[in-house]
Order: sequence, then structure tokens, then C-alpha cells
Amino acid sequence: MKKFSVFIVIIFSAIVYLFAQTGTVDIKASVQRGKKVYTQYCLACHQADGGGVPRMNPPLQKTEYVLGDKKRLINIVLKGSNDPIEINGEEYVNPMASHAHLSDQQIADVLTFVRNSFGNKASGITPAEVKQARAKK
Amino acid sequence: MRMLFSIVANAILCTACVAQKAEEVTIKTPTGFSTINVVKDFGRVRHIAVNTNGDLYLKLERLEKGKGIIRLRDTNKDGIYDDTLAFGNYIGTGIALKNGFLYASSNTTVYRYKLDANQNITDINNPETIVTGLVDKRQHSSKSITLDNAGNIYVNIGAPSNVCQEQDRQQGSKGMMPCPILETAGGIWQFKADKLNQSYAEGVRYATGLRNVVGLDWNDEVNELFVTVHGRDMLFQHYPQLYNQKAGAELPSETMYMIKKGDDGGWPYVYWDHLQKKKILSPEYGGDGKKTGAPQAIEPLVGFPGHMAPNALLFYKGNQFPAKYKQGAFIAFHGSWNRSPEPQEGFYVVFVPMKNGKPSGNWEVFANGFSGFEKVDNLGAVKHRPCGLAEGSDGSLYVSDDNKGYVWKISYKK
Ligand code: HEC
Repeated sequence: MKKFSVFIVIIFSAIVYLFAQTGTVDIKASVQRGKKVYTQYCLACHQADGGGVPRMNPPLQKTEYVLGDKKRLINIVLKGSNDPIEINGEEYVNPMASHAHLSDQQIADVLTFVRNSFGNKASGITPAEVKQARAKK
Repeated sequence: MRMLFSIVANAILCTACVAQKAEEVTIKTPTGFSTINVVKDFGRVRHIAVNTNGDLYLKLERLEKGKGIIRLRDTNKDGIYDDTLAFGNYIGTGIALKNGFLYASSNTTVYRYKLDANQNITDINNPETIVTGLVDKRQHSSKSITLDNAGNIYVNIGAPSNVCQEQDRQQGSKGMMPCPILETAGGIWQFKADKLNQSYAEGVRYATGLRNVVGLDWNDEVNELFVTVHGRDMLFQHYPQLYNQKAGAELPSETMYMIKKGDDGGWPYVYWDHLQKKKILSPEYGGDGKKTGAPQAIEPLVGFPGHMAPNALLFYKGNQFPAKYKQGAFIAFHGSWNRSPEPQEGFYVVFVPMKNGKPSGNWEVFANGFSGFEKVDNLGAVKHRPCGLAEGSDGSLYVSDDNKGYVWKISYKK
């Protein structure tokens, strides 16, 4: 029993270590900074638990947009959206404003935070990726 | 290992027992009133109407088996609806009965159905189109309706915007001057109740400067239109230097107005502040939380705490409730979202005592407990959200919920 749990701990640490290494960002620090950005700029609409507001603002919990294509995700924050987006069979009537006024670092941090909170687990987003998306327009 | 199992098993058992207990909410009302749940699980039940024969009509915001209106009838008068008729292939909010017709709205159109002497709809598949072509840009698209006693119907056309910024809901974006949205939305339009295919050209902009009126009712006592308005969002989020978290949750007021033809509620240029009792200039138009503005705009009769979303207004005409309720206003508050990270507020029915169309006392919470929580932090967990009100011919009050499709009937026993 004891050996077994030691084994689990080792495997788990190895996974965490590998995860931290594959991204070029320091995920933990980015998540911490991202939480602040989220609280100031996103929480009002998407709520503290990322659950959103039924029918008005969508959740950020394991959605296709949050976990899927990074470019699409970055673009939603940069450009906003006012087209009917369907998330788990629901549409949301509010518009999402553009957040292009945030810096590349802030957007990278907030998205890294979102992708690693509310039950989500995904790789981080780098300021370079945001910069690239911004340049394309 | 065995311990782990028992913990898991306990956890499963516990969630099951909690789920069972938490299933139905208890609605609290003043002494002498009792509440029974009469309808369940019809989905997004927005506004409701009760006919003289007891038929209850529900307007749905999402189609149930392809239909957007439900009529429930109690054929053997045992207090239980035993006959369900579903019709209308459009979603929407508004529903009203007047002079032998049922009026119902989608987010662009108002229809009406003729009722025969037995209160049956003569042609369920072919309603007349009364008003058509109204603005629907997703945000604030509900077309609430009410009728006067002179052959007119009043339709709310909500502004598809928070505060008429160049870029909606974007921090730092300026308010447009003048606000072009007001030409086709952000007010109440008046149409003839019996004329077909009217649109903006045939209608009258009866009142303007009203961001989003979801609750409205004709007050027979003073023969005027009354409305409840959803105030703007994002004061704290967009202007943290002017509004702290608490102020952003409390402001601006949700409001109730008496509306006369030609009135202006001041949106988007000003909002009502019930603490200062003033029309405060919106920061998007140069305001600082203190400067006033829009001297031409009318003042509300009541300013409620912010963001609670007054979705229905009803003047009580019956004799069943005690005398203080006669001619008073019931308001169904849907509950807030823009108060976070402060706890949410609303999710109840309020009563405002009224005399000759003016409040004669302070507002009070009349029916509470719909959310299922003492304090709401997690909107996704909220059980019910009050949305519609109707009065039965016996003077009972009906309250609908657009989260799980419940309707409650509130009665008074001497
Ligand atoms: C004014 C309210 C509002 C604010 C503030 C806001 N959002 Fe949104 N967000 C929305 C709405 C509404 C949508 C859906 C838009 C649509 O349907 O076109 C959305 C969509 C999204 C989506 C894609 C859909 C999903 O749920 O996965 C993501 C991701 C997202 N927002 C992240 C953010 C982040 C990160 C921030 C802060 C930087 C933010 N939002 C700020 C309202 C808002």
C-alpha cells in the first residue's frame, strides 16, 4: 500500500514536471498574474467560478473555445464577439467586448489562468502567441 | 483501501440525500398567504396570462417540442390542470388577454388569436400579425406587451446596448451623441391593437430613453402606462476610479416609472441614483458619479437597488388580498448578475403600496425563496428565477419562473 502511493506520487510529479517543461512559460506564475487580470476584466461577465450567466454570458468551463485552438481563443479576447456562439447547446445574447487594450502579457496570463482553472487543464499561452495573433488582425 | 471505499460510498450516498432534500424550494410570503406550485418543468416560461375561465397561458423563450405558447386548462375544476394545448412556433416573452383576443409576441412581431364564446382559440395556426419588423439584435430583445382601454397596445423595444457606447460594453469607449439607437429602440412604442401589419412607420414612439423595459402594465386606476426598467451595467468594472465594488453593485437603480406620451427616461445620458435621489450623468457622457444631467428626463416613482432585473409588473385589482394590496404594484425580480464579486440580489417578488398611481409607502419583499439560497454567489446553481406575473379572476397571484418552468399560485385566507 505504502509503496503504491509513493509510486503514484513519483508518477504525478513527473507529469507535472513534464507539463511545466513543455510550455515555454512558467505556468504557475502566469496563472497567478492571470487571476488578477481575470478578476478585473472578465469576472463581471463570466463570474468568479467561470460559470457565466445563463443565457447572457457563456461559461469558461471545459468549453471548446477555452480548450481548443489557441489562435481562435486569443482572437476572441482581442476582437470580442457578437455572433451567436453555441456552447453546449446554449446561445448567449450579450456581446463580448474587445480587450485589445490589454497587453500581450496580460492576455497570455489571463488565458493561461482560464485554461488552468474552473476544471480546465491545458497548455499555457505565451505573449509571443498573442503578439502574432494581434499582428495578423 | 477499504476506508477509501467507504469514503467514496459515503460521498455518493450523501450527494443523493442532499439532492433529494434540496429538490423543491419553499416560498415565503407574509402571514395569511399560502403558495402552491401549479406548473412544473415547462422550460423558459417568460410572461403569463390567466383568462376569466381560469385558463393559464405561458409564453416560452425556448420552443418545447416545437411550440412557444402553452395553454393549461382545468376542465373538471379540481384545481389541477388536466388539459395542455401547445401552439405558436415562435419564442418570445409577451402575452396578454384583452377584449376577446390573446396577444403574444416573438422578439420581432406581435400576433393575436381570436377567442370564441367558450374561450377557445378559433384558428390556432393562423394568428393575425399586428406588429412586425421590430429590432432584434439578441441583447434586450424581449418584446413585452400591455394594452390600454382605448384600443392601443404598448410594446417595449429594448436597446441592444448597455449604454450606447461606440463599442458596446468596451471599457473606455465613448457614448454616442446623440444616441442613434433611440430611433428604433430604447423606448415604448404604441400601436393600434386591431390593425394588421404595423411597423415603426405606423406606430408612435410613446416614450424614449428607457434602456430595457421588461415589466409593464396599464394602471386602470389612473389610466396610465407604468414600466419597470433594467438599469445599465459595468459602472465599477469600467470606472473603478469613480465607483467602488459596493457602489457598482448598488448602482444604478432599477426603476419604476409612470409614463405619459412623449416622456423621456434619460437613457443613455443619465441613470437614476436612489441614494442621491438624482439623475446622474453617465461616465460615458462625461459624468463623475455626482454631476447631474438630462433636465428634460422624468424621475422614477421608485428606485430599487441595482441589477436585480425587474421582469414583470402587475397592478393588483382583486379583492382576495387584504385592502393594502388593492391597486398596489407587484414586481417580479429575475435576479442580478452584474453585482459580482458581491453576492447577487433579487430572485423575489416585491410589493409597492400605491394610491392614485403614486407609492403610498416603502416597497417590501412579498414572496421570497425562489433561488433556493439565502445568499446567491453561484448563478448556475440558482433554482428558479421569477419572470412573469398574472392575476386570476378570483384575485390569486401567479408567479412564473423561466429557469425551470414553474408557476406558483399565491392565495390569501382570512
Ligand atoms: C461584457 C461581458 C464580458 C466580459 C467583460 C468578458 N466576456 Fe468573454 N464573453 C462574453 C460573451 C457574451 C461571450 C459570447 C459572445 C458571443 O456569443 O458572440 C463571451 C465569450 C468568451 C469566450 C468564448 C466562449 C466560451 O465560453 O468559451 C471566451 C474564451 C471568453 N469570452 C473569455 C473572456 C476573457 C478571458 C475575458 C477577460 C479578458 C472576457 N471573456 C471578458 C462576455 C464577456
